[in-house]
Amino acid sequence: MNNTITIGGLVAGAFLALLGAGFAHDDLFAAHMWVLFFCLAISTVVVVRRVDFSGAGRASSRDDQSGYFDEVIRYGTIATVFWGVVGFLVGVFVALQLAFPVLNLEPFLTLGRVRPLHTSAVIFAFGGNALIATSFYVVQRTSRARLFGGGLAWFVFWGYQLFIVMAATGYLLGITQGKEYAEPEWYVDIWLTIVWVAYLLVFLGTILKRKEPHIYVANWFYLAFIVTIAMLHIVNNLAVPVSFLGVKSYSAFAGVQDALTQWWYGHNAVGFFLTAGFLGMMYYFVPKQAERPVYSYRLSIIHFWALIFMYIWAGPHHLHYTALPDWAQTLGMVFSIMLWMPSWGGMINGLMTLSGAWDKIRTDPIMRMMVMAIAFYGMSTFEGPMMSVKAVNSLSHYTDWTIGHVHSGALGWVGMISFGSVYFLVPKLWGRKRLYSLAMVNWHFWLATLGIVVYAAVMWVAGIQQGLMWREYDDQGFLVYSFAETVSAMFPYYLLRALGGAMYLAGGIIMAFNVTMTILGHEREERLPGQASANLQPAE
Amino acid sequence: METYTAMRHFADSWGLLAMALFFVGVIFFTLRPGGKASADRAAHIPLKED
Repeated sequence: MNNTITIGGLVAGAFLALLGAGFAHDDLFAAHMWVLFFCLAISTVVVVRRVDFSGAGRASSRDDQSGYFDEVIRYGTIATVFWGVVGFLVGVFVALQLAFPVLNLEPFLTLGRVRPLHTSAVIFAFGGNALIATSFYVVQRTSRARLFGGGLAWFVFWGYQLFIVMAATGYLLGITQGKEYAEPEWYVDIWLTIVWVAYLLVFLGTILKRKEPHIYVANWFYLAFIVTIAMLHIVNNLAVPVSFLGVKSYSAFAGVQDALTQWWYGHNAVGFFLTAGFLGMMYYFVPKQAERPVYSYRLSIIHFWALIFMYIWAGPHHLHYTALPDWAQTLGMVFSIMLWMPSWGGMINGLMTLSGAWDKIRTDPIMRMMVMAIAFYGMSTFEGPMMSVKAVNSLSHYTDWTIGHVHSGALGWVGMISFGSVYFLVPKLWGRKRLYSLAMVNWHFWLATLGIVVYAAVMWVAGIQQGLMWREYDDQGFLVYSFAETVSAMFPYYLLRALGGAMYLAGGIIMAFNVTMTILGHEREERLPGQASANLQPAE
Repeated sequence: METYTAMRHFADSWGLLAMALFFVGVIFFTLRPGGKASADRAAHIPLKED
């Protein structure tokens, strides 16, 4: 009989959740434990129905134990696409809420609850699944070894989905510890820690049993991402719960220490989750798609060390002109500016990988997507250090410029490199000759690119206008605009922002359709880009 | 001495020196003569199989 441990764990977990719901210290905890109970109960039923009592049930026939462990990566790829579309959809909804406040449907769908749902859905659900799936793919190929730990990779995948569901339902119920990108309360944080340690074990174990003597640079980036996120997550979420059967907890830090810990976490979530992890993706999938090695391997090593040595200090730039000591603010600013060098070194390395194959940008829409991702990496890592300069920050901070900057990085860099990797992975993982449609990849590329351009350009204008209106004095020394006036001035920009987001969402839906049809084994008849038309006549 | 002060002094003296030396060492090691051949071999790892 297989699945014994899984079923035991699920039943015990469901029982504990039921007890938690029964003995809860507060109503929110009871509601959240009911959610957990139903998730685990349904999972138990699903797993029990799959039990194989035959003698060979233990060594499951479906998985070939000799080759690479790809089934979990297939699930991860589907989860990436699914959560991506969900996250973009919630994002468009949030954008519309800002333009039309009537869309704040109380109590569950107010901006305060739906906004963290959007950020977590795109960062942790979409980005996290993309990172887990691609890291499992890359580490096996570049180590020439099967994933370590057998079924542990399944635990990582499903455990991570449970974390996402618990976090998302918690936000909608109104459970939050109010830390940006770290909103889940203490019990969900503990669960993520367990899952993350398992992830580290699988990844590190695979590297340790590798047959390739050298550890390829992509794995260094992935490993830095996993280790650093573990450290950041644990330190930032150090808290004392009011009750072990209640949702509320209090941070171990107070005042400005708490703020600095939060932004040390917050900025390194950007640096190590959204940058280092996705650079791992870049250093594998760009050479694969271009069919040539990375431009300079030694530059990639320097890129790695410089990035991890500098990023970790940049967080204080989120706290300019606050109670944080001046020297710490300046430190954050200086390290942010120094980050220009590794970031642009990495960008040049990624782009120059195409040197000698630039024609692929014209003929290969997947390559074009990856190149656009690297270009956005360069743009947003130029903009970020500039905004970290105190004088610039005094204008940009608290305005929509910041939102525009985040989205040019997230939609442009993180999104596009993930889409490119998904398009590379899907035909390989399901053994298809090619994608269902390359024309649709092209549509996705243009919808996404133009969507980002609309979004970022509108937010620049909105943010700078906001910043200037807030600091406008008359000759008597009075502020010229009330805050409400600056809010209503944003309306046209918020509408356009929603339009940009909707275009990006439309691209995501096209991707979901394209990926689904590829998995189902269909191929759309079409003239592939770069191929000469069949009825083209030679000139005479 | 207070723990904070002690750690602060360590961080901006020996800690800083150790990290700076490690970082410079990494760069020199990466750019060492003869490093190019092994780097080129490493760069081809992803292209070895599918």
